[in-house]
Amino acid sequence: MGGERDEKGSKIGMWLFLLSEILFFGALFVLYGTYRYKHPLDFHLASADLNRILGALHTLILITSSLTMAISITALRKRDRMISLLALAATLLLGLLFLVNKGLEWSVKFGHELYPNAPRLLSRPKGEVLFYGLYYSITGLHALHVLVGVVLISIVAFLVVKKRIDEKKMAPLENVGLYWHLVDIIWIFIFPLFYLIP
Amino acid sequence: MKALEAEKPMEGSLTAASFYGEGGRFRGLWGWILSTDHKRIGLLYLFSILLFFLTGVSLGFLMRLELLAPGPTLMKPQTYNALFTLHGVIMIFLFVIPGLPASFGNFFLPLQIGARDVAFPKLNLLSWWVYMAGACLALLSLFTGGGPIDTGWTFYVPYSLRTTVNVPLAVFGVFVLGISSVLTGINFVTTIHQERAPGMGWFRLPLFVWSLYATAWIQILVTPVVGITLLLTLVERLVGVGVFDPAKGGDPILYQHLFWIYSHPAVYIMILPAMGVISEIIPVFSRKRIFGYKAIAFSSLTIASVGSLVWGHHMFVSGQSDLASVIFSLLTFLVAVPSAVKVFNWVATLYKGSIRLEPPLLFALTFIFLFSIGGLTGLFQGALATDIHLHDTYWVVGHFHYIIFGGMGFAFFGGLHYWFPKISGRLYRKKPVFWAWVLLFVGFNTLYFPMLLLGWEGMPRRYYDYLPQFQTLHVISTLGSWILISGLIFMLGNLLYALFRGGRAEANPWGAATLEWQVPSPPPAKNFETVPHIDRGPYEFKSTGSPSRDEKGLPKG
Repeated sequence: MGGERDEKGSKIGMWLFLLSEILFFGALFVLYGTYRYKHPLDFHLASADLNRILGALHTLILITSSLTMAISITALRKRDRMISLLALAATLLLGLLFLVNKGLEWSVKFGHELYPNAPRLLSRPKGEVLFYGLYYSITGLHALHVLVGVVLISIVAFLVVKKRIDEKKMAPLENVGLYWHLVDIIWIFIFPLFYLIP
Repeated sequence: MKALEAEKPMEGSLTAASFYGEGGRFRGLWGWILSTDHKRIGLLYLFSILLFFLTGVSLGFLMRLELLAPGPTLMKPQTYNALFTLHGVIMIFLFVIPGLPASFGNFFLPLQIGARDVAFPKLNLLSWWVYMAGACLALLSLFTGGGPIDTGWTFYVPYSLRTTVNVPLAVFGVFVLGISSVLTGINFVTTIHQERAPGMGWFRLPLFVWSLYATAWIQILVTPVVGITLLLTLVERLVGVGVFDPAKGGDPILYQHLFWIYSHPAVYIMILPAMGVISEIIPVFSRKRIFGYKAIAFSSLTIASVGSLVWGHHMFVSGQSDLASVIFSLLTFLVAVPSAVKVFNWVATLYKGSIRLEPPLLFALTFIFLFSIGGLTGLFQGALATDIHLHDTYWVVGHFHYIIFGGMGFAFFGGLHYWFPKISGRLYRKKPVFWAWVLLFVGFNTLYFPMLLLGWEGMPRRYYDYLPQFQTLHVISTLGSWILISGLIFMLGNLLYALFRGGRAEANPWGAATLEWQVPSPPPAKNFETVPHIDRGPYEFKSTGSPSRDEKGLPKG
């Protein structure tokens, strides 16, 4: 039971978990594809209502946070604990910023009475109802993953401070990094599907 | 069938030197429910699973009793609806899916590959806790909200969106159970890749391990799909996003697709480990190297992969496209090939073997017989034309129970009798097992064969009432349930007796060649004194010595 073998084992476990996450979101994308195929025009119209600037801001925030995550891991590998911690803190802040931004976007939509089951939304064509149904389901589940990521980042940051994670025992930090990148990548798919495709 | 029990009771504690003696940091009950030892976790699962199995059996018994006569007999229709739903939910999600991998898999996977434990012991314990949490949520749903669910175990929309009963909590419970299943799958795949002892190459793995490997991959890859489907159903009930609700444009057929993308492969989660158990038992009791090792190993992977692409055969009459139905039908027939490969290899292993008809083999042979009936009746439903006649009839109920109870259930009993001496360190009496088997076998066929006939004649499944012409077969079937249950009680009673009064089992009472039999019974807490080096396959019986012999030099039993 060498330490190196454990590290490799926990990496394998993490990749398997990410695989199951991809299928988790994959089912949602299948629903999106099917409904878009059935209601192309409604999806087009509903999508025009989403704020692309806000969507692009989400994307910018998450991609930057992936960068700071990668910086944190590389820094710790090079035994630079201070930089690693700073980068982790930046990732944490960006994650929180994303959630605030997301909340803002949702509350604007709620203000326009476009929340699920709202009479105003239900009076629109069925394709638009489905678009918003998927929009809330997918971005909601994604935001939940960001929230979990924020908690995980706080935990590993604490462990780095306590020197329970260092350049010899990187696996927990690297695994949280992998998770964070996955959350980022899923957003990279959500962004064009909901905001960009005309 | 001579009884093998030792006459004198054991002096001293049987279990002090084993894992039963070392609870880790905690004492008593805490030493069990907070233990990260894979053997203790395996037993936690085994007992929880047996408990849920008996609950499910009781519900089935009540259903059969209700069907003794047409019209109301015992209960109101709504109670009956709740009963068949609960019977399905409990049996499928709490017994058959975790049944073999989580109990025997946890206990024996590390032992069989020469490892100290699974790759993530803490995650393993978490899986059990999550499993129990899911079970508690599902049970809680019975007494809260609108009362017990009546949707059937499939939770089909739109009915599950409209019914007033407590669907949200039950669905969330099943979602939580799914998380437990994924965690176990991740743990097992990593364990098999990382924790094999030196020299334990892929083709020296016992076939039970191969079947767990294939099963774990299905658990990882398809469980998330049903997870999100159930989660969406929950969200639909709570806030009404509309993705499955036809009133808002949602498509119920999509729900069925996503549900069966998981729930059909789930049948292979149930049956693959069962096939793995059979592949362990048959060579040991024929004292012959297994015929076609690689064919059996790879057929597990083939069943897992092709089996993941046949879900549409549950939906032939749902209104999906005809082209889709034709493709799904073809793929369904293809899965029969790797399943038959296994059956032929088992039979070929028996051929010219030195067969000892001990209890585990008795159950294994029964598995082959009942599973073959289940498999062949399945082909009737896989064919498009006949399925229209058979769909949603008792034929399907009969077929399913032949596969799952006749297959997984009897493999579970076989595994229980095969590994009982290793787990408990005790020997059970063999003659009662034989008589229990007679009751089980006769009861099983009396219970389920009439269902095939009922379905053929047009009796729909899940009905509370029926036409008088079906009564004879229903009465026979109910009679069968009584015989089957008495067999179960007899069998479990015999094991329970052995648990307290059985003679001491030696390390390797069956003369098996796999690693778990090379350590004392019950195994020590650390499994192996030194890391074992593997230099032979799992079914090389020449090197293992003979099974225990009696004074005349004949193998015992």
